[in-house]
Amino acid sequence: MYSFEPNEEQQMLIDAVGKYAANDLRPAAHDAEESRDLPKKLVDKGWELGVLQASTPEAYGGFGERSAVTSALAFEEMACGDLAGAYAVMTPSLFATPILLAGSEEQKKAYLPKVVEGAWAPYTAALIEYSFDFDANALKTSAKLEGGNYVLNGEKAFVPFAKDAEAMIVYANLDGKTQGFIVPKNSAGLSVADEREKLMGLNALPMYRVKFEDVKIPAENLLGGAAGHDFELILASMRVASASAAVGLAKASLDYAMNYAKERDVFGVKVAQKQAIAFMLAEMAIEIESMRLMTWEAAWKLDAQKEDAFTSAYLAFTGAADMAMMVADRGVQILGGHGYIREHPVEMYMRNGRGFAMLTGLAIV
Amino acid sequence: MTIEFETPKPIAQQQFVLKTVAQEMMRSQSREFDENEHEIPWSYIEFMHSAMKSVGGGSLAPKEEKAKEGGEQKEKRPPIGYQSLAAQIEMLAWGDVGFYLITPGGGLGAAAVQAAGSPEQKAKFLARFNDEKPTFAAMCMTEAGAGSDTSAIRARAILDEKTNEWVINGEKIFVTAGDKSFNVYEKLGKGFIVVWASIDPTAGRGGMRAFVVEAETPGVQVTKLEHKLGIRASDTAVISLVDARVPFENILGKPTVEKTTTGFKGAMATFDATRPLVAASGIGVARAALEFLKEKLTENGVEIRYGLPRNKLTSVEKDVIDMEIQLRSAWLLVLKAVWMADNKKSNALESSMSKVRAGDIVTKITQKAVEIMGPLGYSREFLLEKWFRDAKITDIYEGTGQINRLVVARQILGYSGSELR
Ligand SMILES: Cc1cc2nc3c(=O)[nH]c(=O)nc-3n(C[C@H](O)[C@H](O)[C@H](O)COP(=O)(O)OP(=O)(O)OC[C@H]3O[C@@H](n4cnc5c(N)ncnc54)[C@H](O)[C@@H]3O)c2cc1C
Repeated sequence: MYSFEPNEEQQMLIDAVGKYAANDLRPAAHDAEESRDLPKKLVDKGWELGVLQASTPEAYGGFGERSAVTSALAFEEMACGDLAGAYAVMTPSLFATPILLAGSEEQKKAYLPKVVEGAWAPYTAALIEYSFDFDANALKTSAKLEGGNYVLNGEKAFVPFAKDAEAMIVYANLDGKTQGFIVPKNSAGLSVADEREKLMGLNALPMYRVKFEDVKIPAENLLGGAAGHDFELILASMRVASASAAVGLAKASLDYAMNYAKERDVFGVKVAQKQAIAFMLAEMAIEIESMRLMTWEAAWKLDAQKEDAFTSAYLAFTGAADMAMMVADRGVQILGGHGYIREHPVEMYMRNGRGFAMLTGLAIV
Repeated sequence: MTIEFETPKPIAQQQFVLKTVAQEMMRSQSREFDENEHEIPWSYIEFMHSAMKSVGGGSLAPKEEKAKEGGEQKEKRPPIGYQSLAAQIEMLAWGDVGFYLITPGGGLGAAAVQAAGSPEQKAKFLARFNDEKPTFAAMCMTEAGAGSDTSAIRARAILDEKTNEWVINGEKIFVTAGDKSFNVYEKLGKGFIVVWASIDPTAGRGGMRAFVVEAETPGVQVTKLEHKLGIRASDTAVISLVDARVPFENILGKPTVEKTTTGFKGAMATFDATRPLVAASGIGVARAALEFLKEKLTENGVEIRYGLPRNKLTSVEKDVIDMEIQLRSAWLLVLKAVWMADNKKSNALESSMSKVRAGDIVTKITQKAVEIMGPLGYSREFLLEKWFRDAKITDIYEGTGQINRLVVARQILGYSGSELR
């Protein structure tokens, strides 16, 4: 069957996350961005919504089954509040979800309870590399098997909360294929830059460069155990999460621009009554809805293990990233000069909206 | 409820069969009827009629599911009538959208009767589509001076109380299947046209009514068949009505005028049902173009490397990937709109959204495909250039892209027609 309505449980989650996004994340977003500081209390509150916990089975300390659809629904809501905040709240899932999806039984038992049972803690992952031709499937960071250990070399960029990370998944090139490795805190040869990354957007999210110089980790830390794992599944799940975030961000921009346009007087009418503006709003709404459906479909295909799920995820991600940029750009345009002023959030949405195309590695929910 | 994207089995099976029809009966004759405008592809019409009759009706319209009498209440499956129809239309249009438009059955004319007619009227006017011969009906709204602005319609219907007949005067243009619906052909059953006219010009939209005008009614004439950019297998007629007399009971809706526009709005609800279907027809054309393009690229050793970051793709790869995103997302909007219709959810917003998106992307996709194919795209040796011409109509009829943007904008902004015009 085709069906386009979240089930009851999903709706409850959407409502709860939506409330947090609107009442907590969004009001804090401006100051967090400007001060480059996300209040810890805010992140904790988001963590307590239990999005990750609800998609981790009981055997590993959670209370539910993972569904890419449910995750996408929740993450869209959260990102609609504030993208940096949503990334921060869900950073531990950068570590936990790949283990859940691709880890061995031992790895799940060893790590998942630690992440999901307690308070929010900085578990993270390192995928992105600071390079013009960055490609998640052709990484420069390398892994080599040497005497029963993997040895990692290379440099990662944009790693959220790397400074205090309890552990991180590091993606590296193993014989031409991308594989994830569980890297514990204080591993010799691992160094986190002192300075945070300085980016166009997402300034509230603390991100760092991380260097790996002959970092030795035990062979059993290869995600999935000795045989490794299918990175495509992880990448596709990252893409779906990013796509849902892109939809959420675009919706935030549309909502703000629409409310503004209904209040703003020009030439004796509200500016929303001018077709040039009304049509932009209509197109924004249509693009958002169409990419939301692409994202849902890709998520559903992942859950249903459809043959073309990975391609769908790629298409949804690519389309949603473009859409978010387009919508966020128009959000600024609709406010005119006021859109350019940082008192209004639309310019931040525009800066954040540009990120999706290159920042796949920041989300997997 | 849930979120799910599994194609229902009956739809998958139906698509399988229709694909053969599209290839054998449509594609194979596409070029011929594009080059010989106003010729009629009888083999297709007759084949479709007998095929549709054999599955229970002489038209594509969703069959009303009848409860079996006496039998036990079976577990109710969710209705998929519109979903199935949208899929059929998409596949037929993939074959040839011009042919699809002359698939026998009531088309927009019957849709108007369905939406605004009484049970007696439905019984009386719609039965004919199950007859031996293929039969057509058409909808006449547009006039030379009234296209998007339907309130500007000039056609007039006056009641002759002595004979209890409506006397209609006016001229309608751009009537799809107007010729086959109004003129009588040996091989066709007797059809009808639904004519919109005002019974009270002082009442604006509130005075507008639709009338069923039977084929060959005296005073009515098809005065011209248009020559078009595309969809040439589909006749587009000008129909003039001079003192045309139709029986009193052929009026759809109330014969009296009240100071509301509800009668008109009721009929306009037809569009909520038909817009996603028009979108579906456009999407079929775009899919044909995209599949053709991909096939040719493969033949020529051009591979599309899905999964690469944007900035590593070639321009052609980027284009093809964009086209796939556009096509799929537009189709999902259609699916959602018809799913809502099946589940009796009000879908005015989603219908117009799907129509806007389809109008946009099918023109873009077909235009891009021609560009990428270079001289081969421009050549009439392939159907690609025809699909480019055919696709454009999607953004024009059943409300232009602009009119549907207005509908969407009003809905999301909560504006009335006078607040946003
Ligand atoms: C092949 C074909 C088949 C058709 N079949 C049928 C049929 O079966 N029955 C029938 O009744 N009609 C039919 N039509 C008519 C079709 O629905 C109209 O052509 C269409 O609604 C547009 O009307 P118009 O051509 O008068 O354009 P106009 O209304 O004159 O519009 C011109 C331009 O102005 C734009 N515009 C108009 N109003 C606004 C506004 N308020 N705001 C912004 N922009 C605006 C339009 O989008 C368009 O771009 C058919 C047309 C064609 C070409």
